[in-house]
Amino acid sequence: MKAKTVDKIATSVIVVLALFIVILLLGLLGFIMYRGIGHISWNFLTSAPQLLKGGGGIGPQLFNSVFLLVLTLIVTIPLGWGGGIYMAEYAKPGKITSFIRLVVEVLSSFPSIVIGLFGLLLLVNQFGLGFSLISGALALAIFNLPLMVRTTEQAFRAVPKEQKEAGLALGLSKWKIITSILLPVALPSLITGTILASGRIFGEAAALMFTAGMSSPPLDFTDWNPTSPRSPLNPFRPAETLAVHIWKVNSEGIGPDSKEVAAGASAVLVILVLAFNLSARWIGRVVFRRMTASK
Amino acid sequence: MNNKLKPRRPLKEKHYWEEWTGRIYTSICVVFLIVVMFSIVYFVASKGLSTFFQNGISISEFLGGKTWNPTGEPAFYGALPFITGSFITTLLAALIASPLGLCAALFMTEIVPGKGKKILQPAIELLSGIPSVVYGFIGLSVIVPLLRSIFGGTGVGIAAGCLVLAVMILPTVTSIMADALSALPKGLRESSYALGATRWQTIYRVIIPTTLPALLTGVVLGMARAFGEALAVQMVIGNAPHVPTSLLESASTLTSVITLSMGNTTMGSVHNNALWSMALVLLVMTFVFVILVRLLERRNRV
Repeated sequence: MKAKTVDKIATSVIVVLALFIVILLLGLLGFIMYRGIGHISWNFLTSAPQLLKGGGGIGPQLFNSVFLLVLTLIVTIPLGWGGGIYMAEYAKPGKITSFIRLVVEVLSSFPSIVIGLFGLLLLVNQFGLGFSLISGALALAIFNLPLMVRTTEQAFRAVPKEQKEAGLALGLSKWKIITSILLPVALPSLITGTILASGRIFGEAAALMFTAGMSSPPLDFTDWNPTSPRSPLNPFRPAETLAVHIWKVNSEGIGPDSKEVAAGASAVLVILVLAFNLSARWIGRVVFRRMTASK
Repeated sequence: MNNKLKPRRPLKEKHYWEEWTGRIYTSICVVFLIVVMFSIVYFVASKGLSTFFQNGISISEFLGGKTWNPTGEPAFYGALPFITGSFITTLLAALIASPLGLCAALFMTEIVPGKGKKILQPAIELLSGIPSVVYGFIGLSVIVPLLRSIFGGTGVGIAAGCLVLAVMILPTVTSIMADALSALPKGLRESSYALGATRWQTIYRVIIPTTLPALLTGVVLGMARAFGEALAVQMVIGNAPHVPTSLLESASTLTSVITLSMGNTTMGSVHNNALWSMALVLLVMTFVFVILVRLLERRNRV
């Protein structure tokens, strides 16, 4: 065969397979929306799930997911940004730094189920936090931290060197330079990275099954006292999130409409994750425009 | 006059404190990461090893035993069915996803660099954003019925599991491969074209061999993800504790067994400890994957 013919065949194979991936994605999204969107209604989004009867909703699960995300971010942002700043600004090339890099790499490769089991052992049992939002948030923080450290480091390294040198020339301390010169410049990418990580947290289930639990107590949405056991704001109550709920309904759902509930909940979850991804870009751009003089 | 030149003490002290708060605060963050990593290893290992040291189950029985019957009399704790299940699904998923990912990466970087990237990049990012339970749901409602109607039987099993996993790891594989290909120096490509080689000859003879270690890094990272993935696989694989003999047979992976059984066993029982030993196997495999990636990266640098 002539080289040109081979080239043509190979090219078309590559193009066909690449298009196949795009079609696969469109098919997946289309399928989720087609199956689920008809089931989404205000009632579905707000009402509590029904175990045996039909017509249950995902209200508490949706609330739990959002609340858990907020709690996780409260833990991860100071730690993750701090770790990233260390790696970008303080770490000197050498054995210790490459060891820290290895730790971050290993930590980010741990399967989420192993992190969930660690949470079960240490947080739920040893520290006596029980199946609770707080255990779930801490486990998710472990799951999320390495990613956060890495994006923060990249964001700080991307700041032009002149900015730092200008600060040094003014005689500022390193920490002052970091907080008042580098941080504002890095903020757009930090925010983008954080929101993207949030999307991942939102869809995570395996680490939560053993830490936040697989059930939700009946919640009283009029009780906003965080210490009362039925309050949705109580961080020490067990909480089933949307992703865990989808898993549970799919694998042990016995209600007559469990298939529809799973489809509806999956559609809601995917829509929310997509919203996170799109808003990450948009907010990053807006903040970038605010922080710099560029248009 | 002289007075003004003297350094102002308060400011210097302020500097001093600022300097140290920053240093200490960020160091604490990093130390926290290290502590967390080591405590994960310590706790999982101490629980996982107690199966062998306290309950007196031999390592060879655990790793090589084909019977898993922890509630039986006598009880058997052979985890081989799950270990093979994990390895088979992971390898098959990588076999499906790697060529597809390579084609997508080549499409983005070599064939239509500008436009291809614009179409595929968002598609890949969206694929990677879909949560694993949703992949499981799709597997249950599309792949399993499809396999059932084509091959008969129940449709759940290894084949369904590795198809779901292949789609899940596709974004990881593709994006790493695309990064590797676009990092290749332009000169190599251009000199190949200058010799009169066609695009395919350039890809096949120049681009793939030079970037091979980096391409393999993508495959290994994809496999690491597939090996540790729990819920999506658990939903479609059928969860039967046997060493599978056919692709359509129901099987289990390490993760699916842990997911299903951990909640139903009491802490400290032999059954529970055996599950922790499986978690330890997952942990050890994580280290193997990390080492593989490091080795490949080292080869890539030379």
